[in-house]
Amino acid sequence: MPQPFVVILGKAVRYAMRLRGGGSALPGLFVEKISPDFIKNTLAHLPRGVVVISGTNGKTTTTKMVVALLESQGLKVFTNRTGSNFTRGVAAALLGDIDIKGRLDADIAVLELDEAHAVKFVHTIPPRYSLLLNVMRDQLDRFGEIDATAKMLSAIAQATTDTVVLNREDRRILAIQDSLKKQKVQFFGLSDELLATFPSDDDLHNAKVQKSKRPAAGVILKEYKDDHATFTLGTRDVSSTLKLRGIYNVFNSAAALALTYAIIGDKIDSTAVMKALAEVTPAFGRGEQLRVGDQPLELVLVKNPSGFRLGLQSFAPEGYATMIAINDDYADGRDMSWLWDVDFESLAPSGVAQVSGVRAYDMALRLQYDEVAIAHIEPDLAGALRQFIDVNKDQPKRIYCTYTAMLALRKELSKITKVEVIS
Amino acid sequence: MNKQPITILQLYPKDMNIYGDHGNVLVLKRRLEWYGYAPQVIEYNVGDQLPKSVDIVIGGGGQDSGQEKIHADLLKIAPQLKVWTEADTPMLMVCGLYQLFGNFFKTLDKKTLKGIGILDVETVGTNERLIGNIVTTSEEFGDIIGYENHSGQTFLGDNATPLAKVVKGAGNNSQDGHEGARYKNVIGTYLHGSILPKNPRLADFLIHTAVTKKYGEFSSTDLIDDLFTDLARGIAEDRPR
Repeated sequence: MPQPFVVILGKAVRYAMRLRGGGSALPGLFVEKISPDFIKNTLAHLPRGVVVISGTNGKTTTTKMVVALLESQGLKVFTNRTGSNFTRGVAAALLGDIDIKGRLDADIAVLELDEAHAVKFVHTIPPRYSLLLNVMRDQLDRFGEIDATAKMLSAIAQATTDTVVLNREDRRILAIQDSLKKQKVQFFGLSDELLATFPSDDDLHNAKVQKSKRPAAGVILKEYKDDHATFTLGTRDVSSTLKLRGIYNVFNSAAALALTYAIIGDKIDSTAVMKALAEVTPAFGRGEQLRVGDQPLELVLVKNPSGFRLGLQSFAPEGYATMIAINDDYADGRDMSWLWDVDFESLAPSGVAQVSGVRAYDMALRLQYDEVAIAHIEPDLAGALRQFIDVNKDQPKRIYCTYTAMLALRKELSKITKVEVIS
Repeated sequence: MNKQPITILQLYPKDMNIYGDHGNVLVLKRRLEWYGYAPQVIEYNVGDQLPKSVDIVIGGGGQDSGQEKIHADLLKIAPQLKVWTEADTPMLMVCGLYQLFGNFFKTLDKKTLKGIGILDVETVGTNERLIGNIVTTSEEFGDIIGYENHSGQTFLGDNATPLAKVVKGAGNNSQDGHEGARYKNVIGTYLHGSILPKNPRLADFLIHTAVTKKYGEFSSTDLIDDLFTDLARGIAEDRPR
């Protein structure tokens, strides 16, 4: 089918889906089916090429940061903002941004891709730059094994034509450098002091690299306290306040800086970069802050044990009413065993106000075995959200939720407060 | 009165602990506490010294690389594990260690990984991943509900009995319609991670057997509230594969 028809049809499906509400990847799936070369044709001519960001945790927030940093340098950036990080999500995002003739008005594309989909994607469209964040135990029911995931990331690096940016603190990511011959390699990392205090879940702990074996890094997160971070860029220290919360997000801002420096090179306007970084807010559902009544409500997306553990370690429960919403659709992971790899004891002193989602009782069972008290259980998300807000009216609130639970909760929340529309 | 200690030996938590296997240990530990006993968990990793006596042995699943790492060490400690097996010590082996408790595991590339032969089963690697929610039923333990994820297919010999019949899902292999294996008080299963949280009858079997063997009787009169378990089981039973 000729490209313009594909574009018009795809845009129509996208419009229809948005009228219905939701369905971020479906129009893309439609286009993917009728024109497999659609993405390739559209992205092939971008002057500064394609950037792929992958890894288990932090892709969406890091991608958001990289986009902001590149825009601070005057680049027009195309990105798949929805966090629908499959190929069809990219196609869906493209449909929104191209004109009716299928042209994309952008200098560069920055795409977050799920590991498995990234492998297929880079096979068709070799990226000029790639950024690989980490390998942690994810939804193993999807990818099989962690070593298999590392191999996928390695394939992305090998397909990259210019520069690969790697996390030197992750053993499996660091090892990828050995497979690279023709690419330039840059590293980001943590100072020795921060590395020692980095939230050490088992995976991170096992994957920790010996200090002496770490290569020099172009960008290092040197210090981080409250909302203030200091980075070492080469030999220079730069400090900034940040709107991002949690050390994990802040560590990923070092990744975003390293990638931006690799793309822009010596001509970078570092004042503008740091100013842009200071303004970046968490990606939707990744510590996103909303207001309900006169109290803040935070959404923290949890997709896998390491991400959940990092979330619990990053946000102190004191003073907050906590809700946990667990679904088990494909995008959430069907297998519930991951909840048993998360330690919930930190929630014991304050208890959990509300548990919800299709698998609410699995979550309740998990909390029972960590002897965490639960005030209310309601599998229905809309009902649970209403109860949670009513009962905890005068308290700041935080909701840990899986992917589809988050989408449903945002939709409910948009009826009572301002929620950024993600298209 | 001092609480009576019960020792749980967890095999290879460093390398064979990938699908929430920690949950099985936690459930045993908590239930023992709630019943009024004093559980002690000993982690055994490659090269460690085995304790002289244990009351429950538990082992989990791993990646292929994890299996290779522990293989030689497992063969080394096999004689002691066999002594405990013959002495009726309750054990639960999930996924990878279930396979290695068998006679052998023949991988896809025709390598044969020798097992320790406590369970009379043999496993062959395949390209087919048996994955998803699974419901099985056993006379002794009722419905056993969980999640399976394996590409090795296991076939039972004459000296092993299946743990349960498959109601929904695959189980040991894609042909026989049964799941897991049993020899004396050793249980092998493909239901990973959350098997004990959702199946307290199995957890209590391990606990009762261990306590009775050590102290002559299970004297606790404390009851555990398994309401959340029942509700979670009800949901899990009806979820798609």
